[in-house]
Amino acid sequence: MLRRRTLLLATLLAPAARAATPANPLLRAPWAEVLAAARGQTVFWNAWGGDDRTNGFIAWANDRVSERFGFRITHVRLRDTSEAVARVVAEKAAGRNEGGSVDLIWINGPNFLAMKESGLLFGPFLDRLPNAGLIDREGKPATVTDFTVPVDGLAAPWRMAQIVYVYDSDTVRAPPRSIPAMLDWAKANPGRLAHPTVRNFLGATFLKQALFELAPDAEVLAGPATDANFGPTTGPLWAWYEALRPHLWRQGRQFPENGPAQRTLMNDGEIDIMISFNPSEASTAIANGQLPPSVRSYVLERGTIGNASFVAIPYNAAHAAAAMVLADFLLSPEAQAHGQDPRVMGNFTVLALERLAPEDRARFERLPRGAATLTNAELGRPLPEPHPSWMTRIVAEWERRVSR
Amino acid sequence: MGTARLALSTGTRPALLKAAPAVTLVLFLGPIAGGLAGTAGPAFGWLPAIGGNALSLDPWRSLFAWPGFASSLRVTVTTGFAATAISLGLVIAFCAACHGTAAFRRAQAFLAPMLATPHAALAIGFAFLIAPSGMLARLASPWATGWTRPPDIASVNDEGGLALIAGLVLKEVPYLLLVTLAALNQVRAEALMRAARTLGYAPMMGWMKVVLPLVYPQIRLPIYAVLAFSLSVVDVALILGPGTPPTLAVLVMRWFSDRELSLWFPASAGALLLAALVATAVAAWRLAEWAIARAARTWLEAGARGGFAPASGLIAATTLGTVLALSAGAVAMLALWSFAGAWRFPDALPRFWTLATWQAQSTGLVSLAATTLLIGAAATAIAVVLALLCLEAEQRFDIVPGRGALMLLYLPLILPQISFLFGLQVALVRLGIDGTVAAVIWAHLLFVLPYVFLTLADPWRAIDTRLARNAASLGAGPWRVFLAVKLPVMLRPILIAAAVGFAVSAGQYLPTLFAGAGRVSTLTTEAVTLAGGSDRRIVGAYAMVQALLPLAAYAAALAAPAILWRNRRGLAVT
Repeated sequence: MLRRRTLLLATLLAPAARAATPANPLLRAPWAEVLAAARGQTVFWNAWGGDDRTNGFIAWANDRVSERFGFRITHVRLRDTSEAVARVVAEKAAGRNEGGSVDLIWINGPNFLAMKESGLLFGPFLDRLPNAGLIDREGKPATVTDFTVPVDGLAAPWRMAQIVYVYDSDTVRAPPRSIPAMLDWAKANPGRLAHPTVRNFLGATFLKQALFELAPDAEVLAGPATDANFGPTTGPLWAWYEALRPHLWRQGRQFPENGPAQRTLMNDGEIDIMISFNPSEASTAIANGQLPPSVRSYVLERGTIGNASFVAIPYNAAHAAAAMVLADFLLSPEAQAHGQDPRVMGNFTVLALERLAPEDRARFERLPRGAATLTNAELGRPLPEPHPSWMTRIVAEWERRVSR
Repeated sequence: MGTARLALSTGTRPALLKAAPAVTLVLFLGPIAGGLAGTAGPAFGWLPAIGGNALSLDPWRSLFAWPGFASSLRVTVTTGFAATAISLGLVIAFCAACHGTAAFRRAQAFLAPMLATPHAALAIGFAFLIAPSGMLARLASPWATGWTRPPDIASVNDEGGLALIAGLVLKEVPYLLLVTLAALNQVRAEALMRAARTLGYAPMMGWMKVVLPLVYPQIRLPIYAVLAFSLSVVDVALILGPGTPPTLAVLVMRWFSDRELSLWFPASAGALLLAALVATAVAAWRLAEWAIARAARTWLEAGARGGFAPASGLIAATTLGTVLALSAGAVAMLALWSFAGAWRFPDALPRFWTLATWQAQSTGLVSLAATTLLIGAAATAIAVVLALLCLEAEQRFDIVPGRGALMLLYLPLILPQISFLFGLQVALVRLGIDGTVAAVIWAHLLFVLPYVFLTLADPWRAIDTRLARNAASLGAGPWRVFLAVKLPVMLRPILIAAAVGFAVSAGQYLPTLFAGAGRVSTLTTEAVTLAGGSDRRIVGAYAMVQALLPLAAYAAALAAPAILWRNRRGLAVT
C-alpha cells in the first residue's frame, strides 16, 4: 500500500533548501562530462514494482550499467507511480530543490502531465542523449506525444505498449472483437471476464478502451475532460459498465489488484479473457509457465489504445547525470532488443530499426516471435490515449460507483 | 530480597541501573505519545506543510461521507470481534476438554513454530490453501467436486471478511493457547483439577467452573491485544480481507499513500477513529466479561457436576487440531509453490519441480534477508539488554511492578499501529532519522520490547535467590553476580525471549513502512507487496524465507544452551 510514499513527509518537514536551479549545467555539458559525472553515482529509479519481468529487466540493466558506466541502479519498487510524483511535489513544497530523493521515474499519462505542468521535470534532456536519434518519432508518434501531451524532450521513451486481449483458445472459440460484443459475451459466459481494479492503471485502461468505442464523439477525448463534457461523453460507458458488471468475475464485486494478479486468475482457469498492455504478454507468459500454451492474443476491430513508457528525471534529482546515462542506455539497441525478447519482457522497441547498424538490427531479427503474439499488421495502428484528465475522472467515478 | 542489600554494599553505579526502567519507558512510550499527537493534528485539519493551517472538522466530514465508510466500519467490527471470540472459544474449549490429556501435551509442541511464523507468511499460505483455485479445491477436484475450473466462490477477499476471520484465528489460537498454558501453571491448575475431581466434577465441567475463573484474569490483557490487533491489522487484511470497500485500517493506509495529499487529513481522522474503536471494543468486551461473570454466577454455584456431552472433548480437540493443521498446511503451501514448475488447476501437484524461482530471486532474497536479520537482531539485542536491566533493577532495588506498569507494557500491543505511526514518522523526520535503518530498528523496538520483557520476566523473577546470595558471600559484587551467575543460569530463557523478539521484528509490516519511509525494505514488506498479484511461485519463495528466519532463530535458541554448556550438564537442561 504505502511503500515509498511516506518519504515525502520527510521532505515536507525538512528545513528549506536553497532556491531552485533551473538551468542545469548538465544540459550543456559534453556527453563525456556527463559520463564522468555519472561514475560512482546511484540512480534511485522509481518504477512500479508489480511486474516480475520488468523487475528482472531493471536488475539486468543494473548489471550492465555498473560494469560499463560505473554507476548503480536502486530500483525503488512503487505500488503506484503517483507515489513518486507526490514525493517530488512535496520536496518542492519543502524547498528541497536539489539533492532530491528521486532520480528517475517510469512515467506517463496523468503522472507525466502533473509533473510537466508543475515544472517538476529536469530538461529538456532527450536530445542530449546520443541514442535519441534512433527513436522512431514518425512511425511511433506516442514517443513524442504522451496522452495528447507534447513530451517536449522532458522524458525519454523506453518501450511501447498497446492493448491486447488475451483469451484461452481452448475454451473461447470466437472472442468478442468489439465493446458491445464483449457485453454479450460476458452475459453468455458469466464470471469468465475480469479487469484489474480501476485504481490500477490497467483497470483504468480497460474502461478507457471501452470509452473510445462508446463515446458519442471520441474527438472530445483529445482535449481535457471538464464538468460539462464528462457526463455526456461517459454516460454510455457507465450504462455499458453497469450492464457488464454483474457478469464479471465475482459479479464485479471483487477485482484483481493488478495485471499479474489477473494473469494468475487466467492461469488457474478462473477467467477466459483478460486485458493486457503488452502485445507479447501471452507468449512471454507461456514461456514462463504463467499461462497455458493455449492462450492467444487479439485486438478489437476498431483498434486498441497504445502508448509509450517513458523515464523522466525530477528537476531536483540528486543523480541527474547517471539518470541521463541510464535513460540513454535504455534507448541503446542492446537494451531495446533485450527488452523486446519475449523471454525477458517482450515490449516492443521505440527505435526505428532501419536506422540501426546491421549488427544491431540483427539483434531484433534474431528474436523469436511467440505463437501467441500478433504481427504488427494484425495489431494495427494504435489508437491515441485520451487526455490524462479523462483517466483521473474515470477512476474517481468508478470508485464512487463500486464502493458501497 | 537479598540482592537489594548487595547493591548497597558496593560502589558500582547503582544510579545507572536504577534509571533503567525509566529510560526504557521513555524510549518506548515517547514515540507512541508523540505519534498519537502527530496524527491528531491532521485529523483536525492541522498540517501546515501541506496547507492545513486551521483547525476544523472537515477531515471527519470527508471520512464519514466516503461512500464505502459504513460498510468498511461494519466489516472491521465484525471481523475483529468474530476472530477474537472464535479464537478464545477454541482455546477455552480445548483446554477444558483436554486438560491433562496426551492431546494437550502434543498441542504444546506445535506452539513455538506456529507462533514464530509471521502473520503475512501464514496469510499468504492460507490463501494458497483456501482460494477457489487453492490446494483444498485442487485435492478435491475434479473427482469429488466435478470442478475442472475453480468455482466462482469468493473464498478469499470476500466482502463479509470470513477469510480474514479464519486467517486471524489461525494466528491467534496458538498465541492465546500459549498464554493460557502459562496462566495454568500460575494458578496451579493441576491441584485445582484434582480437588474438583474429588468433589465429583466431570473434568470439563471442573475446568470451566474452577480453573477458568482463575485463569481468565491472567489472560485478559493478551485477549485485549488480540482484539485490538484483529480490529486494526493491515497486512493480513490486505492479503485475505475485502477490497471494495476494505477494512478501516486498509482504507486509512490507502489514503495515506494517495497522490492527493489532501487525503492525509481524512486518513488521520480514520486512524484516530480506529484507536477510538479499539478502546470502545475493549470497553465493550470488559462489559461483556462482567455480564457473563454475573450471569454465570448462579450456574457456578448451582453445583451441577456433569453436563457436557463426552463427544465435546473430541470435537474441541479435532477443531484445534484442524486449526494447527491448516497453519502447517499454509506454510507447506509456500514451499510447494516456490519449487513448482507449471502448476495449473485442478492438478494436485505441479507438472514438474524446479529451482528456477529460487535461482532467479536469490539476489533479492539474500539482500532482503540480510536487512531483515540486521533490523531484527539489533532490535532484539536492545530489547533484551533493556529488559535484563529493568529486571535486575527490579530485583536489586526491590521495585514491585504494579498493574499500571504491565498496562503500559501492553500499550503498543493494544493501540492500533496505524493510529500513531504516521505521527511517529513526523517525529522521526524532525529528528532527521526517517528512512534510516536506525529508525526502523527503533520502531520495531516498540513491539519487540513488550514481548521480550513478558517472556523473560517470569523466569527471571523465579531465579533461585540463594544462588546470588552464595556468590555474594564468596565475595562477588552485584555486577559479577549478574554476569557470572544469573546470565549463565538464565541463558535459555534469555535466548527464547530473544527468539520471540526476533520473530516479532521479522513480522513487522507497518512500522517498517512508516519508519523506513519506503527506503528500507524487509522480507515482510516485499512479501506483502508481492502478495498483491505476483506469480505465486515468487510470492511463495519470499514468504517462505520470511517464515524460515524466525523459525531458525527459535531452533538456534533451543540448540544453543546445549552446545554452549556441553561441559555443564546442569545448565544445559535448565
